[in-house]
Amino acid sequence: MILRELSEATGVSGNEREVRAVVLDAIQKHADEVRVDTMGNVLALKHGADDSDSPTAGHRHIRVMLSAHMDEVGLMVVGYDNDGFLKVRAVGGIDPRLLPGTLLQVGPDHIPGVIGTKPIHLLKEKEGQKVPQIENLVVDIGAKGKDEAQRLAPLGTYAHFVTQFRELGPTVSGKAFDDRAGCAVLVELLRGARFHFDLHAAFTVQEEVGLRGARVAAYAIEPDCAFALEGTIADDIPKDKDISPTTELGKGPAITVMDRSFVADRRLVRLLTDTAEELDIPYQIKQPGIGGTDAGAIHLAREGVPSVTVAVPCRYIHSPVALLSVDDFNNTVRLMRESLSRLTPHTLTRRQ
Amino acid sequence: MEVIPLLKQLSQIDGISGYEEPIRQLLRQTWKPFVDEMHEDGLGSLIALKYGTQPTGPPESTETSRPRLMLAAHMDEIGLMVTGIEKGFLRIGRVGGTDRRALLGLEVVVHGQRDLPGIVATRPPHVLPKEERKKVVPWDKLFVDVGLPPEEVGRLITVGNLISIRREMVELKNRCVAGKALDNRACVSAITLALERLAGMHHASDVFAVATAQEETGLKGAITSAYGVEPDLAVALDVTFGKHPGIAEVEAFPLGDGPTIGIGPNFHPQLVTRLKEVADAHEIPYQMDPIPGRSGTDAWAIQVAREGVPTALLSIPLRYMHQPVETLAAQDVERAGRLLAAFIAGLEAGFLEKLAWDREEGGSERTHDT
Repeated sequence: MILRELSEATGVSGNEREVRAVVLDAIQKHADEVRVDTMGNVLALKHGADDSDSPTAGHRHIRVMLSAHMDEVGLMVVGYDNDGFLKVRAVGGIDPRLLPGTLLQVGPDHIPGVIGTKPIHLLKEKEGQKVPQIENLVVDIGAKGKDEAQRLAPLGTYAHFVTQFRELGPTVSGKAFDDRAGCAVLVELLRGARFHFDLHAAFTVQEEVGLRGARVAAYAIEPDCAFALEGTIADDIPKDKDISPTTELGKGPAITVMDRSFVADRRLVRLLTDTAEELDIPYQIKQPGIGGTDAGAIHLAREGVPSVTVAVPCRYIHSPVALLSVDDFNNTVRLMRESLSRLTPHTLTRRQ
Repeated sequence: MEVIPLLKQLSQIDGISGYEEPIRQLLRQTWKPFVDEMHEDGLGSLIALKYGTQPTGPPESTETSRPRLMLAAHMDEIGLMVTGIEKGFLRIGRVGGTDRRALLGLEVVVHGQRDLPGIVATRPPHVLPKEERKKVVPWDKLFVDVGLPPEEVGRLITVGNLISIRREMVELKNRCVAGKALDNRACVSAITLALERLAGMHHASDVFAVATAQEETGLKGAITSAYGVEPDLAVALDVTFGKHPGIAEVEAFPLGDGPTIGIGPNFHPQLVTRLKEVADAHEIPYQMDPIPGRSGTDAWAIQVAREGVPTALLSIPLRYMHQPVETLAAQDVERAGRLLAAFIAGLEAGFLEKLAWDREEGGSERTHDT
């Protein structure tokens, strides 16, 4: 699975180099044009096939954008204490609850580092109930003092989670499935047969710090419609009150109708759900109102772009180790491929 | 023996309190070349004996009895246990003082019908009320997810199965290492290094090296093994708090400045003095660790075994105790090993007499620092 390589590469927002290298290698042979833009986005074009027998033939002029972001959440070095511990801040949304006890790598040389807290034995009453905030945590790389720490990890050095990709049977685990799962779906789509339209693939940067890469990618591509491919929250763990689980593992690709960043284009949602129903591909509608994706930037590009988000449900995103179902992944690739092959200009006509 | 590969091997192997089999097996192999006898006691502590060299031979074959010296370091580690299964997710409880603040997002191994990889998990922050996001996740909201369908989980896992932390030991800068179970595999390593050194040295006492079981659940292995060994004197080894931000100066010791020697009611003053003298003579750096009462180590149990045992404590400073990133300086482990070996080799046959209290209290004989 290309997901293994993508997951194990590091790419905290603004520092996507390693992931970009994996992506470029993976798609080089399967795209007609590949370029890296000024932000660091990988933009690939795969021309449509001229297949006159196909019912969708002759629609090569539709410009379809598929995007997946390469970056992941992480930390950045912002200071030191005199004993050589690194002070850090979050890059993107990091849940401070999971930082104590974490293994990290710091900087381009992947210097190992750890985050620990005051031992349980020394906690005063109630002290153990509060989650230490990131401002009060330090990264320990074993440096002997401030000077050594500064030399090894200059200000602005990134730190990232380290997790080996594992196959657990019907599921796989690893880091940064948000959004290497989307990247892997996009690679699979590029690797397959040509569609009847020009496919513009964007592997974007800096999604986690505000959908930055997708904005310029969408401007450059000028698409007629766009699909953001994601790894999204699954919240199917047992809980007191069983409210909506956002998405559930094993129930198929999650289609977004609305989240905090955009309202999905209802025609594209319809295309996806009709295709799934027709072909008996399992799917789920993501609980509305939670999270945001590159579609939030893409749909506002130029004069507006009809957009939708399709995601592989992932448990524990933004943590050192996430988990997804291989069936969900394969069904996401299949749903995308089948839906795209049914996409025509008619799909995007507004019926009054 | 190289200390860092030894630490890595001992850190990464499993051995939760009461289930020490993997670490015990490994120690049987590791210690075999250095000792004359080995056995396990009823609770599973591994007791290795290296005969004294003056005279030679097993203790029962010699006419004059040699002093019996016990070295103790616990080999068990903290962990988790399956307490329930719900929708295919495992509810968990702790074995020993596992720190739930450091569990979230951690990889584990569930020892079911076969070993299954798992993840410690809870609900994502995005869906929680703001207040709840600031609270440490309580045990009843922490689960282990093995990524299998509920039917398969039911077939492979039962309540009571153990869960080990999965963590590869990594090397930080300045010969620091970080990993799981370095409390107390660091000290098991120090004893191993001491045994290796002793192989080429003369020593008057019979050395009983004990890897104790079930320390983390209440010093159980030390209680039974000290009874069994019936030592004349003992040195327990454990880890102590390493210095890092957020921890009070007097509670912790810098890494790399040497092992600590405990001082306080748990320790015999003459033994403490001797350890300091040996360290000074061999130019081994050390730090003094004042412990006003319960030391919380095997020394606490050994001191009151049978009719009482003169006991000392050597400790290795370690940061983030009971978290899966326990960090220490490898040179402190080497130093503890050297100090132990030098202490043992330097013990004269008549040393036991020096442990008599009336001598300690006599003004001119008094060597105990105040």
